[in-house]
Amino acid sequence: MKLFLPLDSAAVAVGADAVADEISRVTAKMGHSVTLVRTGSRGLFWLEPMLEIEDENAVGGRRAFGPVSPEMIAPLLDGNFSDDHPAALGAVGDIDFLKAQTRMIFSRCGITDPLSLEDYKIHGGMTGFGAAQKMSPKTIVEEITTSGLRGRGGAAFPAGIKWNAVRKAKADQKYIVCNADEGDSGTFADRMIMEGDPFLLIEGMVIAGLAVGASKGFIYLRSEYPVAEHILTAALASARADGLLGASVGGTGKAFDIDVFMGAGAYICGEETALLESLEGKRGQVRAKPPLPALEGLDGKPTLVHNVISLCTVPSVLANGGAWYRDFGVGKSTGTMPFQLAGNIKYGGLFEAPFGLELGDLVNRIGGGTRTGQQVRAVQVGGPLGAYLPLSELDIPLDYEAFAQIGAGVGHGGITVFDDSVDLAAQAKYAFDFCAHESCGKCTPCRIGSVRGGELMASIIAKRQNGGDVAGTLDLVADLCEVMEDGSLCAMGGMTPVPVKSAIQYFPEDFTGETDLTGRTDFTGEKNK
Amino acid sequence: MQTSIAALIKPFVCDTGGLLKALHAVQNTYGYIDAVAVPVIADVFNLSKAEIKGVISFYEDFRRSPAGHHVIKICQAEACQAVGARDLTEKIRSALGFGGPFSGCDTSVTGRITLEPVYCLGLCASGPAAMLDGVPRGRLNSEDFTREIKALENGAEG
Repeated sequence: MKLFLPLDSAAVAVGADAVADEISRVTAKMGHSVTLVRTGSRGLFWLEPMLEIEDENAVGGRRAFGPVSPEMIAPLLDGNFSDDHPAALGAVGDIDFLKAQTRMIFSRCGITDPLSLEDYKIHGGMTGFGAAQKMSPKTIVEEITTSGLRGRGGAAFPAGIKWNAVRKAKADQKYIVCNADEGDSGTFADRMIMEGDPFLLIEGMVIAGLAVGASKGFIYLRSEYPVAEHILTAALASARADGLLGASVGGTGKAFDIDVFMGAGAYICGEETALLESLEGKRGQVRAKPPLPALEGLDGKPTLVHNVISLCTVPSVLANGGAWYRDFGVGKSTGTMPFQLAGNIKYGGLFEAPFGLELGDLVNRIGGGTRTGQQVRAVQVGGPLGAYLPLSELDIPLDYEAFAQIGAGVGHGGITVFDDSVDLAAQAKYAFDFCAHESCGKCTPCRIGSVRGGELMASIIAKRQNGGDVAGTLDLVADLCEVMEDGSLCAMGGMTPVPVKSAIQYFPEDFTGETDLTGRTDFTGEKNK
Repeated sequence: MQTSIAALIKPFVCDTGGLLKALHAVQNTYGYIDAVAVPVIADVFNLSKAEIKGVISFYEDFRRSPAGHHVIKICQAEACQAVGARDLTEKIRSALGFGGPFSGCDTSVTGRITLEPVYCLGLCASGPAAMLDGVPRGRLNSEDFTREIKALENGAEG
């Protein structure tokens, strides 16, 4: 009997390790012959810990049970994992949440043993590298350019342009830097893929190294992800032992190696120039651009800085061709995006799909609305620097251009749902406070503006209750937002106004106090009310 | 201590980002970065003491005083706010006798518990989330988790 249980942080956080211990204990005691494989997560977090059993007759080759508690293990083993068990979910391949996805990046996540390079290869890993090996660096970059891939960290910059700039740069040393400082609330795709399929990231970085002529890579990992650190470190050791990393990568004669570098708890280090400063062992303060990191990055050398998901997309592009990849998605938003359903949502988790899906469809139909069962009131897309959208805007398609048109962004694909108990003035205050807390301090609009913004919001919240000139204070907020947008060095200060302004625009009643916040029954979701 | 710190961090001097690695190493070994370590680190890395202090103070992870026996980081970010992180935080803070917002060094009077804010643990569909002594925790019930923390504060091991 072969069982599969995630080692993903989100499964561990709800008791997966206790379930694993119980499986070992019961099987040892009862003499069952059971192999337990710790996998990544399928990303159905409301069902974690989700236990799977190998069954060649089931669609997808496995049947699932979840959420599973340690007390269920002995009865499940005794009952031979009958589908009559209350936690039975049936064949994995029949689960709607999975069937509705297009899993390109996460195709192996939840299926394979993340630390088995052999398992990785059996399930289609290394085909991208195999294709890249036969291409010239120029051709690899052309495939990336053709794919239309855009940086998945949030800025959505065309990857091909960046790759070409680094490839053409003349230098004795170039670097690949993976930005694994996934600090945006509402996002966990980077963490999941690093914990669940680390060789994919390694393969992507190796291909990038071949393409731009870099011999050294760094994964800048946030310290909040200790499980990912452990898995990446072990995976890198296997890759070195296999010859995938080292003096002659996969027998190409070209050297490439990767180190994991731990951050130390600073949101701003997700900004690429702050990340590079931090990677040099300094305070994570933003650099003025130009020079671009592609030309003068780590230690002043040409550096390709990419988000985890961008690099994890590279093997698929090379394996199937840029033209194949380009056919997924809509317009200039090509390919798939791992959307992350987060916050107050019934079916929260990872949903990989081509761009173009409607936001409301994802939140209400696929995500099942709120976990609390209350009405969805606000949806924040793209992390702390993303817009708060009301029900009336949820018909927007998830693509970069549609979001840009309404002054919002898709960011890293995080979708955080709030029910009707949310106070958008408190959220706007939080946006400023968070910026004040995390600002690197280099530029004044961000360092000082965020503090003043928090004060203004506190004053609005007080005036809302006690009476006072809220409109006048909102004018000051508008002025402040303009200064921060136009005068900040990076997106931290420049985009903190996005959640603030969208909250004011779409939920004015939360600021003026005209609607009773506790008895919000008149919310109809009509536009321009 | 000074000699052992110097020996501990010397291997990182030539590494990319060696200073951050060194600071992590000191904190992992001693639990925090004592003021006496600063001149030693400055000397080994050939930097000024001000530069070392500047780096230590920039990053949330680096402590300048010892933490409690247990360290609890509670997520304060949006996805956890949406499912009751504010309520959870208030309950635990009041159970441990901390008033008002996070002060940056909230260690209980018994010295057993240090409570810290954290901005996202990547458990955004499983909130409210926390990390207890490095172990991720999700879908926390305010009452149950507060009781668990109280028990730790009262000396129960778990």
